[in-house]
Amino acid sequence: MVLLIIGAITISLTIAAWPAIEKFGLRFLVTSTWNPVSGRFGALPFVYGTLVSSGIALVLAVPLGLGVAIFLSELAPRWLRVPVGFLVELLAAIPSVVYGLWGIFVLIPWVRTSLTPPLQAALGFLPLFQGPPLGLGMLTAGLILAIMVVPFIVAVSTEVMRAVPQAQREAALSLGATKWETTRTAVIPYARSGIMGAIFLALARALGETMAVTMVIGNVPQIKASVLAPAYTISAVIANEFAEATENLYLAALVLVGLVLFVVTLGVNIVARLLVSRVAGGPALIRE
Amino acid sequence: MIAAGPAYRRRKIINAIMSAATALCTIAVLVPLFVILLFLIRQGAGSINREFFTHLPGAAGEPGGGMANAIAGSLVLIGLAGVIGVPVGVLGGVFLSEYPGSKFGHVVRLMADVMNGMPSIVMGLFAYTVLVLPMRHFSALAGGVALGVMLIPTVMRTTEEIVRLVPQSIREASLALGIPQWKTMVRIVLPTAAGGIVTGIMVGLARIAGETAPLLFTAFGNRFWNWNLLQPIAALPLQVFSYAIAPYDDWHRQAWAGALVLVAMILVINVTARSFAARQVNLP
Repeated sequence: MVLLIIGAITISLTIAAWPAIEKFGLRFLVTSTWNPVSGRFGALPFVYGTLVSSGIALVLAVPLGLGVAIFLSELAPRWLRVPVGFLVELLAAIPSVVYGLWGIFVLIPWVRTSLTPPLQAALGFLPLFQGPPLGLGMLTAGLILAIMVVPFIVAVSTEVMRAVPQAQREAALSLGATKWETTRTAVIPYARSGIMGAIFLALARALGETMAVTMVIGNVPQIKASVLAPAYTISAVIANEFAEATENLYLAALVLVGLVLFVVTLGVNIVARLLVSRVAGGPALIRE
Repeated sequence: MIAAGPAYRRRKIINAIMSAATALCTIAVLVPLFVILLFLIRQGAGSINREFFTHLPGAAGEPGGGMANAIAGSLVLIGLAGVIGVPVGVLGGVFLSEYPGSKFGHVVRLMADVMNGMPSIVMGLFAYTVLVLPMRHFSALAGGVALGVMLIPTVMRTTEEIVRLVPQSIREASLALGIPQWKTMVRIVLPTAAGGIVTGIMVGLARIAGETAPLLFTAFGNRFWNWNLLQPIAALPLQVFSYAIAPYDDWHRQAWAGALVLVAMILVINVTARSFAARQVNLP
């Protein structure tokens, strides 16, 4: 049944996207005009926006998430582990539309007035941080995505680290290693591919996340060097324009970007699961 | 006793620094959670009143009105999703646990996990192409299908794990009495695992309750009451989204209130689910 569904998704999306595939072919992915009126579609700004916002999210979330996972599975006192783990899971239970709401009314003003000025004062000479402080944009989207994917990194890496055999730890400890040295030399190398899997899993989440990103990224299909400029992502363009796409070709183009997203996240997810299952013995279920 | 030489001291210090650093990471991750919950309560609680739960949305720009239809619509959609997702999920999970070693089982398990990580908007596209396009209009049914499909992998994997926890001896006892395998499954194994399965279903439902993206162009939203499954229907997350990006202050307040209700609903389901699971563990 599950196989059937995945097959059905692929087939139905391909059929619906066929007019656009036929018309644009691979050029679809490398041109950047998106003009529903003249019927010319190129998805490059969306692909770029999706990749960069997810990239920012991972840069922020991976070190934090690994820190939390190490803390929870190795270093924290035992009584702290369950409640803190529960709180981190809670972060995953908050719906993305609520993150978006919070992003619009709290995070955007904060980025505009408190984060951007010092950032520009310190690093403003880089093209990365130039432009008017709008609050909306790539950086804000990356921040909110980081908050949203951290729980996945934490949950999966904690699980793979717990799957490391106790004997492994005891061996290191009995040689006189401190707790941190045990973690670094005995636990992390053993869990490495599982941790990579956790990162890929988070990447898939970040790539596909829709609502929160749509609400804070500004929704302008452009490619700018600055992370403070508004941008657009694949999922956001589908969310915003799908209901009003009346022409066949327009609709097909939107389904086609969706298909691209589907194929990419499918690939990333499969890699992630295979990596995790190498450590945990069987693919782990993410608890949410 | 090890002599406390400088090298040893240095290692102790590094250990302390790393412990502190990871603890700081944990705090940094938890801060947004508390900030979000704080804002939800501060901004949302003031707008929650009887009108919010009993009235239809007001006209654009006018104060007043509520989200009664959206709350009801969300419940309808969740119910639909359950009707579609739960049977498939439970049966699939039972299959996976009864034939754990088969190659087919491995592929199915991998695919279920992969589906679990699929972007929800893709599920919306899928429901759109199979239901909305042929029917030529948005409908509650399409929204329910999109959510139901998302529910399957969660239910399937928890069912599998729980059914596998049922002791083999119980199964053998039943089989030894000459009870056929399907009857053993239905009358012995499933009732034993029921608590855990219910937990899995509830966690899955809590997860889809907050989904917005798959509903945008399936259930579509509706400003009025609707009980016809073939017509567009309102949903709480959709309403929160459209109010949040609207330019009216009163709608922003209601969006916060809606978000608070939504999060409260999800937390209640989650906590109830956990208590079910706890009871399961306490079984002899």
